[in-house]
Amino acid sequence: MVATTRKVNPPDGDRRWKIVEATMRRHGYASTALIETLHSIQETFGFVSRDALNYVAESLNIPPAKVFGVATFYNLFNLNPVGEHVFSLCTGTACYVKGAGEIVDFMKEEFGLEPGQTTPDGKLTFMVARCVGACGLAPVMILDGEVVGKLSVEEMKAKIREWVNHDK
Amino acid sequence: MMTPTATVKTFTIDGKPYSATEDETILDVARENGIDIPTLCHLEGILPTGQCRLCMVEIQGSGRLVPACATKPEEGMEIVTDNPRLRNYRKMIVELLFSERNHICAVCVSNGHCELQSVAQKLGVNHVRFAYLHPRFMLDGSHPKYEVDHNRCILCGRCVRVCEEIEGAHTRDLRNRGIRTMVITDFDTPWGESPTCTGCGKCVHVCPTGALAEKGKSVAEMAKRRHFLPYLALRRRGGK
Amino acid sequence: MTNEELVTIAEKEQEQQKQYRYRIMVCSSTGCLSSRSDEILAALESEVKQRGLENEVFVKKVGCLGLCAAGPIVSIQPDGILYREMTPEDVPAILDRLGGEPLEEKLIDTSEPFFTRQKKNALENAGVVDPERIEDYIASGGYSALIKVLTELNPAEVIQEVQKSGLRGRGGAGYPTGLKWSTVAKAEGDQKFVVCNADEGDPGAFMDRSILESDPHRVLEGMIVAAYAVGASQGYVYVRAEYPLAVKRFRIAIRQAEKMGFLGQNICGTPFSFKVDVRLGAGAFVCGEETALLQSVEGNRGMPRLRPPYPAQSGLFGKPTLVNNVETYANIPAILRNGGEWFAQTGTEKSKGTKVFALTGKVKNTGLIEVPMGITLREIVYEIGGGVPDGRKFKAVQTGGPSGGCIPENLLDTPVDYESLKALGSMMGSGGMIVIDDRSDMIDVARYFMEFSMEESCGKCVPCRVGTVQLYNLLGKFQRKEATEEDLQTLEELCDLVRNASLCGLGQAAPNPILSTLKYFREEYLAKIRKPSPVEEEA
Repeated sequence: MVATTRKVNPPDGDRRWKIVEATMRRHGYASTALIETLHSIQETFGFVSRDALNYVAESLNIPPAKVFGVATFYNLFNLNPVGEHVFSLCTGTACYVKGAGEIVDFMKEEFGLEPGQTTPDGKLTFMVARCVGACGLAPVMILDGEVVGKLSVEEMKAKIREWVNHDK
Repeated sequence: MMTPTATVKTFTIDGKPYSATEDETILDVARENGIDIPTLCHLEGILPTGQCRLCMVEIQGSGRLVPACATKPEEGMEIVTDNPRLRNYRKMIVELLFSERNHICAVCVSNGHCELQSVAQKLGVNHVRFAYLHPRFMLDGSHPKYEVDHNRCILCGRCVRVCEEIEGAHTRDLRNRGIRTMVITDFDTPWGESPTCTGCGKCVHVCPTGALAEKGKSVAEMAKRRHFLPYLALRRRGGK
Repeated sequence: MTNEELVTIAEKEQEQQKQYRYRIMVCSSTGCLSSRSDEILAALESEVKQRGLENEVFVKKVGCLGLCAAGPIVSIQPDGILYREMTPEDVPAILDRLGGEPLEEKLIDTSEPFFTRQKKNALENAGVVDPERIEDYIASGGYSALIKVLTELNPAEVIQEVQKSGLRGRGGAGYPTGLKWSTVAKAEGDQKFVVCNADEGDPGAFMDRSILESDPHRVLEGMIVAAYAVGASQGYVYVRAEYPLAVKRFRIAIRQAEKMGFLGQNICGTPFSFKVDVRLGAGAFVCGEETALLQSVEGNRGMPRLRPPYPAQSGLFGKPTLVNNVETYANIPAILRNGGEWFAQTGTEKSKGTKVFALTGKVKNTGLIEVPMGITLREIVYEIGGGVPDGRKFKAVQTGGPSGGCIPENLLDTPVDYESLKALGSMMGSGGMIVIDDRSDMIDVARYFMEFSMEESCGKCVPCRVGTVQLYNLLGKFQRKEATEEDLQTLEELCDLVRNASLCGLGQAAPNPILSTLKYFREEYLAKIRKPSPVEEEA
């Protein structure tokens, strides 16, 4: 764990890179800070771009292949930009036995989206979550960060339609 | 006071007595004595990871399976390297590998020099009981000297380890996980554009199949050169 | 911090809370929060102020009150009233009824078995203390175990006490906690680590989330005690990033504990120093496996490695490392406060104490429960859980998540302990318990878990990486009624391979959902085998 003293410039002049830099500094630019730094990038920019990966690799002195390997191993990191609105469906067991699978089909039929996909207009991203731990409310969905639960499958569909059409 | 001789352990392999020093593995001892245990991921000189699971041997009494490449024998251990159970497991593992990607020996540069093929032959694999998954992969021929065909990759990780541990370049790693795992170059960059690759070719020659090969070889022409391997092992033993 | 100082803080806090005639507590765990319990809290605070009741009524947020199905829940003390499905609009009515007849239509009957059959230890403070105030934790006896340990016991005596308690790992496998501690304590190393596994990945389980959200200091205290016992100077809590509230509250707890001197250099004036940092998971179930978890803390791909060497000898950065689960640490303070023998009074011969379960699925009272080991599955499902709703029939209860199995009706009288559940082909697991009714097809259920294991396989070893995919596909053939007798045989052979030849515990346990359904619901598989057509029979 040799901390680098070489100053690496961020990919562009975006001031938000300061936040990412602060995370790396807090960890003394140790290579072990890779995952924490990726979290910081995603929280700041919404996704982890190729430029960002390069910036981390150079700043923390980690081989590019390893950075890419780590970033793709974990489901949480998006390497592509997400849509303006994000619909997350919990597919934990409790939600599954209460019909979450039908919502996956519904998203396909209604919006043409498979899990992980974004509509061509960049408006809506459909993600599935492996149990958000709110099983008491199953089935659970998350509309732009708001947890919605305890609805029947039909009620869920109605709610999704209403939410999607909200800003039209 | 512990003397070096006190750390020599005696045990049996397939009923016959053997001994091992402190740092020898079951596989080391077996190979020294001409006992064949199949492996696909292990290679002397790079760190064992025990991931192909072919070298699993049975510990008599408990019936426990351990990877021979990474397990050191214990005093009094009774090790079984071959029985119907192990043979069936090994066959299944090889069949799983065949089902995973597109291994077509007839068009492979490594036909006749392939470790997967020879292990399959030795185990008497004559059909695959699992459905072929038929994934679709592209060939990366961007490197001037070498090419990679992921259809033939068994994800043994030898290329990744040799590049990191011996060459010190860490040009290769894995991306994604599970069945979607792939060997990559840098940021999944075309090999020919890799700024970190030294072009040393060790990855090509440790690859057990035709996944990594020299360019310009035709079917069955790609014999791997492993002359450098004993030096790798020596280097490691000398403490790098 | 000395014991006297601790007592002073506790007494001052108790004094302060006693001034109020009523304490109104609002559940602020993820479940209830998502049903707007934060608005109820705000409405209560402003309404109390408006009515000039600030000196009489104390409003606070607390952790999980357990009956998540009825959330958001509001508790009124000292009257022992619990209200269900509260809304901000209900607030005036609640305040009107203070001290009088409670609001009948929203009242939860606390004499029901859901409440009376539980026994709390890890959840002792859940729904009682404000998780974001260390003083509240101290007032209910918090950190007294730590002070006692630091001033009265040497590390070996602490381990002895844990060994006496018979506590076993609550993450699922049930390894004796005291033994693990003593192994790490005896391991040689210039530095040692204590790690808290909060990567609760089982779908359908939220015990660890609730504990961290409800009583983070309890887990922290357990970790500090462990660090003292094994001689560690640095701790890590590895939490799923999907649990932002748990992360937030744990971080607050660390800061508060540092301020009070329970963390840092020379804790409570002793030579013992210990620091804790939070590390976020990033969506990989396999990181619940301890060697994978350590890889992830080091910033690597979370791929398990061969054991031995065990983390106790060579763990994080190659140093001796103690890895325990959230609930395990949460049990520690009470064990040190009351003694190992006290803990061992509850439970069965081999499984001591209580266990937290997340009871979900097709059961009336879904929520978080803590029960003594040895209670039967039937008691949990029918008495505590209130049975299957909508007049449906019970079919199975699934424990142990993707590593566990489905237990049928006729085995419901099995006591809940590590060995009994394992003998049934399931496992204790971390505590997810999902009730399945007669509408579910068991092959669907098995395939659901197989899909999970397939998606979450790290890809390192062949049996798990390819085997889980083949198992998943084979189950698909059954679902489509395209399976043959031969497929059934292949399914069983492959389960056997994956179980015995996979590298880590997750791969080895991955076939359990299939094996248990094959064992108890075999007829469902047989019914889906197609009859060979005449052409094939000729061939």
